[in-house]
Amino acid sequence: MNTSVSTVAALRAAPSVLRILFLETQMEFLRLLRSPSFSVPVLSFPLMFYVLFAVVLGPPSAHNGALARHLLATYSVFGVMAPGLFGLGVTLAMDRERGLLELKRALPMPSGAYLGARVIMTAVFAAIVSVALMLLSATVGAVVLEAAQWFTLFIASVMGVLPFCSLGLFIGTLTKGQAAPAVINLVYLPMSFLSGLLLPMSIMPRFIQQIAPLWPSWHLAQLTLHIVDNDDAPGLSLAAHVLAVVGEAVVFFVLARRRLSKLR
Amino acid sequence: MGEAARAAAAAVLRGAVKSYGKQIALNGLDLEVRRGQITALLGPNGAGKSTAISLLLGLANPDKGSVELFGESPRLLSARRRIGLMLQSAVLPDTLRVRELLRLTAGYYGTPEPLDQVAKRAGIDDLQERFYGKLSGGQQRRVQFALALCGAPEFLCLDEPTVGLDSQARKALWSAIRTKTESGCAVLLTTHYLEEAEAVADRVAVLFGGRLVKEGTVDEIRSLSERRRIRCITVIPEADISRWEGVVNVTRRERYLEIETPSPEVLVQRLFKTDPALRDLEVHRAGLVDALSNIAGEGAH
Repeated sequence: MNTSVSTVAALRAAPSVLRILFLETQMEFLRLLRSPSFSVPVLSFPLMFYVLFAVVLGPPSAHNGALARHLLATYSVFGVMAPGLFGLGVTLAMDRERGLLELKRALPMPSGAYLGARVIMTAVFAAIVSVALMLLSATVGAVVLEAAQWFTLFIASVMGVLPFCSLGLFIGTLTKGQAAPAVINLVYLPMSFLSGLLLPMSIMPRFIQQIAPLWPSWHLAQLTLHIVDNDDAPGLSLAAHVLAVVGEAVVFFVLARRRLSKLR
Repeated sequence: MGEAARAAAAAVLRGAVKSYGKQIALNGLDLEVRRGQITALLGPNGAGKSTAISLLLGLANPDKGSVELFGESPRLLSARRRIGLMLQSAVLPDTLRVRELLRLTAGYYGTPEPLDQVAKRAGIDDLQERFYGKLSGGQQRRVQFALALCGAPEFLCLDEPTVGLDSQARKALWSAIRTKTESGCAVLLTTHYLEEAEAVADRVAVLFGGRLVKEGTVDEIRSLSERRRIRCITVIPEADISRWEGVVNVTRRERYLEIETPSPEVLVQRLFKTDPALRDLEVHRAGLVDALSNIAGEGAH
């Protein structure tokens, strides 16, 4: 009896958690890349808007380096918000509605793998958008930066996806299936506008400027603006912006976890 | 429960109570799924079948009582690595290929089966490069079955596995499941097709109001219903027969009369006496359907 039990235990060796995480990330990436309703807006809208406002309709950037850099910094934030919000929010809402989350929970998948894989997957999408924006800005956008600036902007963009992952996740626990894309658009676009990503903050009404520190996207934009301009953001120190971005990522993550455990 | 019985059981619920808000889903359920057997979980909607499955798969914790999967909590990955499952409610990602779904699911298990072999057994050999969303309902069911098999499970939990399958695919599925039970795998099945449960299950567990009301082999459950059904072609009017002693119900189906009775021997004699030209006589023991409607009736009182 004992020997048979130990044989069974040996046969049922645990698979590598890293391998599960890798497979889960890879499949989630493929799944979304092949879903045009996700990949087209997430990958192309920021680039299209950037080309439209910064290159076609924008000022002759060649003569206005500061403005060109400003637009790259803010569009980088606009570009990484979408993978986080849609990548986690819409997929979680869909997976809940379609019973896939339940199936995954019943399967022997380590509990962290679902979220971990999705966060990595959104970071990969964010990296693609970020690199594409940088290539565009360096070619048609007439942006000139030091190598270190390109690099830190890239890192900030990829890491900056985290608060939007958490926020997307939280929205995904509140809405179901078809409603999720609409709700997320209602967060994504107004928040981008209110954070000065689509139009410069300086031309916004005073009230909107005053509530800007509420939005993670505003804090992230202050960081990317600092990276491209090397000047201090007004009002708050750099550390405060980092703290705000991280803090909002944590708060929404905790809220989402609580909602998820209640849904169980 | 003795040591032997414990070893024979792959999954056990003992006195399980579970409520969702004010709704009591399970009210002290005892259930045992044995190795090498197909156990069919039956009962009307709301009887607690899906809650019982949720507990067995570790999706929910019981408020009271205990759940064991191979002697462990189903919340543990080590217990769940020994199971395979098909959930009727789950829709897999449309934009993944069958091969990718297999690879992903097999990845959760430490010792998966060779995937080509699994695909062959589930009859999806030729579908591996197709996108899941482009498959027919029946093909999707077969893919889900392959996913249930890929971890070399010792306990298979199959929720309505044959919905949308044609009769040939159904037969193939049951023969693949038989192969699993012959090697000692325990199978828990829920189905709305009672005839199917009757044909394939070794044991039947009937739930009603969140409790186990009957449990046993298919024959044991069937024998709970004492009624027999007599079928014949006769000139005797229905109205007359319905007044005879021992007749519970008479219905006409085209040329045939169907008479339900607990005492078929007496009735057959009287039928022949009244109509010597009576022909095409058949006497059946009532099926699982009748037995279950009896049990449900008792449960409701």
